[in-house]
Amino acid sequence: MKSAVIIFPGSNCDRDMDVALKKFGFKNEMVWHDDEQLPKSDLIVLPGGFSYGDYLRCGSIAGKSKIIKSVIDFAAKGGLVLGICNGFQILTETGLLPGVLQQNKNIEFICKNVFVKVNNKNNKYFNSIDKDVLELHIAHNEGNYFCTNDELKMLKDNNLIAVSYCNEKGEVNEKSNPNGALQNIAGIFNKEKNILGMMPHPERMIDKYLSGEDGSIFFKNLINNIK
Amino acid sequence: MKIKVIVTLKNGVLDPQGKAIQQTLNGMGFSSVNEVRQGKFFEVDVNEKDEAKAKIKVEDMCKKLLANLVIENFEIL
Repeated sequence: MKSAVIIFPGSNCDRDMDVALKKFGFKNEMVWHDDEQLPKSDLIVLPGGFSYGDYLRCGSIAGKSKIIKSVIDFAAKGGLVLGICNGFQILTETGLLPGVLQQNKNIEFICKNVFVKVNNKNNKYFNSIDKDVLELHIAHNEGNYFCTNDELKMLKDNNLIAVSYCNEKGEVNEKSNPNGALQNIAGIFNKEKNILGMMPHPERMIDKYLSGEDGSIFFKNLINNIK
Repeated sequence: MKIKVIVTLKNGVLDPQGKAIQQTLNGMGFSSVNEVRQGKFFEVDVNEKDEAKAKIKVEDMCKKLLANLVIENFEIL
């Protein structure tokens, strides 16, 4: 299985993602944002970080990179596109996913482990995953998901809210919402569910001694679903 | 020709920075401040002599990059 991670100026989770993908069997390639062609891939990842220093709006300038046109074409053909953190912000800025990631409600950069509830397993990302609640890491200043009422209705009607912030028991409530995100939304799909954007970082949870293993579960499951 | 643009958050969209500024102003003794909304100001120098044409170009820029129309409005001055 082949994957590619796009590097933007200011990406900083690109190599963590590279390590994670390779650890679970992907043959990964790094792709520079100024390239126009994507290598043949089963999965494209837009990594976390601070592309272009978060200038203008997070992800807005990366969303106009040369490579993005190929990413949009790849996604339109059903290719899997995963955006983590800044990658999620880029996906909303390109219009591949609805809504926007605003500044955290409490105006603080949040860096901590959180629990997210997997809401929909009928897709390549979470199909057959044997857990309903994952412990993952978040590190962001703009993770406060917001969208219009029509977009929210569309997300709910089509079961596109991929993961929601919750507590250890999987209860989605205000207390478990770290950043003020609308309805505790931590990640969403596009209608076809080949594009997933989420704020939590699975690539930071792939070592039981350093962090946790729920990221390992995510990647193992993902590669099995693609095979 | 320089075209000026103001981008503001739409009504009802949470503005944590504006809120913090308002609370700071209140704390400084400006007790009459009810609300602060923070926005952005751009000055775009366009290689164009006709003002109307320049503004049409800048409007396109606003829609495609300068503003995120999900949460922001723009005004060309």
